[in-house]
Amino acid sequence: MANNVSHITDYKVLARVVLILMSLTLLTIFVTSFHLGAFSVTVALLIAGVKAFFILTYFMHLKYESLLLRLLVTMIFVLYAVIILITFIDYAYR
Amino acid sequence: MSGNKKNEYVSYLEHQGKYKGIFSWIFTLDHKRIGLIYMYAIIVLFSIGALMGLLMRIELIAPGETIMKPQTYNGMFTVHGIIMIFMVVIPGLSVVFGNFFLPILIGAKDVAFPKLNRFSWWVYITGCGLAIASQFMQNGPPDTGWTFYAPYSTTTGSNVIMATFAAFVLGFSSILTGLNFIVTIHQMRAPGMKFFNMPLFSWAIYATAWTQLLATPIVGITLLMLIAERLFGIGFFNPSLGGDPVLFQHLFWIYSHPAVYIMILPALGVITEIIPTFCQKKIYGYKAIALSSLAIAGVGFLVWGHHMFTSGMSDQARWFFSFLTFLVAVPSAIKVFNWLATMYKGSIDLKPPFLYALSFIFLFTIGGTTGLLLGSVATDVQVHDTAFVVAHFHYIIFGGMGFAFFAAIHYWLPKMYGRMYNMKRATIAWGINFVGFNLLYFPQFILGIEGMPRRYFDYLPQFQPLEVVSTIGGFILIGGLIFMISNLVQGARKGEIAPANPWHGTTLEWQIPSPPPLENFDEAPIINPNPYDYK
Repeated sequence: MANNVSHITDYKVLARVVLILMSLTLLTIFVTSFHLGAFSVTVALLIAGVKAFFILTYFMHLKYESLLLRLLVTMIFVLYAVIILITFIDYAYR
Repeated sequence: MSGNKKNEYVSYLEHQGKYKGIFSWIFTLDHKRIGLIYMYAIIVLFSIGALMGLLMRIELIAPGETIMKPQTYNGMFTVHGIIMIFMVVIPGLSVVFGNFFLPILIGAKDVAFPKLNRFSWWVYITGCGLAIASQFMQNGPPDTGWTFYAPYSTTTGSNVIMATFAAFVLGFSSILTGLNFIVTIHQMRAPGMKFFNMPLFSWAIYATAWTQLLATPIVGITLLMLIAERLFGIGFFNPSLGGDPVLFQHLFWIYSHPAVYIMILPALGVITEIIPTFCQKKIYGYKAIALSSLAIAGVGFLVWGHHMFTSGMSDQARWFFSFLTFLVAVPSAIKVFNWLATMYKGSIDLKPPFLYALSFIFLFTIGGTTGLLLGSVATDVQVHDTAFVVAHFHYIIFGGMGFAFFAAIHYWLPKMYGRMYNMKRATIAWGINFVGFNLLYFPQFILGIEGMPRRYFDYLPQFQPLEVVSTIGGFILIGGLIFMISNLVQGARKGEIAPANPWHGTTLEWQIPSPPPLENFDEAPIINPNPYDYK
C-alpha cells in the first residue's frame, strides 16, 4: 500500500467487478463460435488482458498504489505483449 | 577476529539464536547465514557437475567408447547441464552474494521478507533433491539435454517428468528470491540512499530480480505442459498429437535466454564493484552502468529466437531476432568500456580479486564476440549444434559467471569470515585456472568450426588432437579449482585475521566490522551520495 494506508473497497464495487469478470468469461466462450482464424488467440488474449486489468485494479488494490508501482505493472503487461507479438511474427510468416 | 571486534560486538557467525548446531543454519532468518548455506550447497553441486564434466572429457579423449556407454554419456551431459544451469549458475551469485551483501550495501538490517528468504532456500534444496533423485529412479537419468526439447522429451522412456518437476520447483525458489530482492531495494534502503546512490552491485541484483520474477513463470508453465503431455497425452508439442515442437522452443527460450542474464547480470555487478576498489578510482559512468543493467535485462527478454534459427522458424522472425541480438551487445559493451575507462590512470593493485575480474573481462569478451557469430543467421546455421556453441556458452557462463563468482569470493571472503586467505596461493590458483580454462574450451571453437557436433559420444579421428588438448585443459582446470577451494577453505577457517577494510573500499560493507554483526549496522549508516568516493 502506498504510505502504508489500508483501503477497503466497497462490496458493491467488488460485486460489479465479479459480474464484469463473469461476463467477460462468457464472452470468451461466445467468441469461440466465430471462426476468427489467426485472430482467435489475439481476441482471447485481449479479453484476458481486460480481466487482468480489473483484477489488478480492484482486487489487488493497484488503484490506490503509487504511480511508480502502477507504471511498473504496466511495463510488465507491455513486455508480455511484446513477447507474444514477436512469437506471432514467427507463426504469421511460417 | 579483527581489531575492531574486541568484546564490542557479536558477529553473525558467533550469535547464539534459538537453535544450535546445524539447525542454527537451516532455520536461520539472517540473510548472511542464508547466503552462506546457499554457497555451501552450490559448491557441493558444482563439484559434482565439474566431476561429470571431467568424466565426459575423459570419454572424449579418444574416438569410440573409452570409459562409458553412449546412453550413460547422454545421461551425463543432461545431468551435468541440469545441475550446472538450474542449481549452480542461475541461483549462483544472486543467492550467495545478493543475499549476503545486498542488504548491507543499501544500509538495511535484512531483506524485506526474511522468512520467505529462508523458505526460498528450503524450496531450492527440495528442487535439488528432486533433480538428483531423478537420476537414480524409474528408467534412468533423463537423456534430453538440459533443454528438454520436444518432441523427444515427450516420448523418451527416461526419467523426464521428475527432472522437469525439479526444474519447476527450483524456479519457484528463484521467483521468491527475486520478489524478495525487489521489495528489499524498494522499501529497505537506508534513509538518504536514493536509487542512484546505490552501489552498482545492487543495481545488477535489481535487474536480475525483475528477470527472475517475470521470466521464470514462463518456463514453469512450459515444463508443466510437458509433464501434462507425457501423463495425459495432451498435444501441446508433439506433432503426432497435433502439437507444435517449435512452440516448446519458443516457450523454453523465452525464459532460458533471460536466464542467461539472471546468471550474468550479478557477475557484471561484482566486476563493477571490484574494479574501482582495486584501481582506487571512482567508477566511470555510474548512471550508464546502472541503466545498462536494466537495458540488458529488458532487451534480453526479446532475443530468445537466436537459439532457434535452425528450428524451422520463419525467415522474418529469424532476421528480427538477429537484429535484436545485435542490439543487446550495446549495453554489454557499455559496461566493458566503462570498466576499462575506470582502470585508465587508476592505482591498479593486482590482487587475486582483480586478477579474476580482469580474466572475466577477457573471457566474457571472447564469449560475447563469438556470440555475435551465433546471433548472425548465416554463421549460426554453420556452427549450430557444434562444439563452437559449447565453447561460446562456457566462455560466457564459466568464464563469465564462474570467474566472477571466484572474483567475488576472493573479494568478499575477508568480510564474510573475518579472515584472509593466502594471497600467493590464490594468485597461483588463478593462473592455473586461467590456463586450464582456455586450454579446455578454446580448442572447442576450432573443433566446432571444423564440424565437430556437440553432445556426440563418438567422433572422427581427425578431431582427436584438439579433443586431447581440451581434455588436458580439463585436468588442469580441475586441479586449479581444487587448489583454489582448499586455499579459500583454509583461509576461512584458519587464515590471518582480516581488517574490516582490507582493500580500502568505499561501499558500505567495508564500513562495518568483519565478520558483520547480526543486524549489520548498530546505528543508521551515513550515506555518501557517491558510493565510489575515492579521493
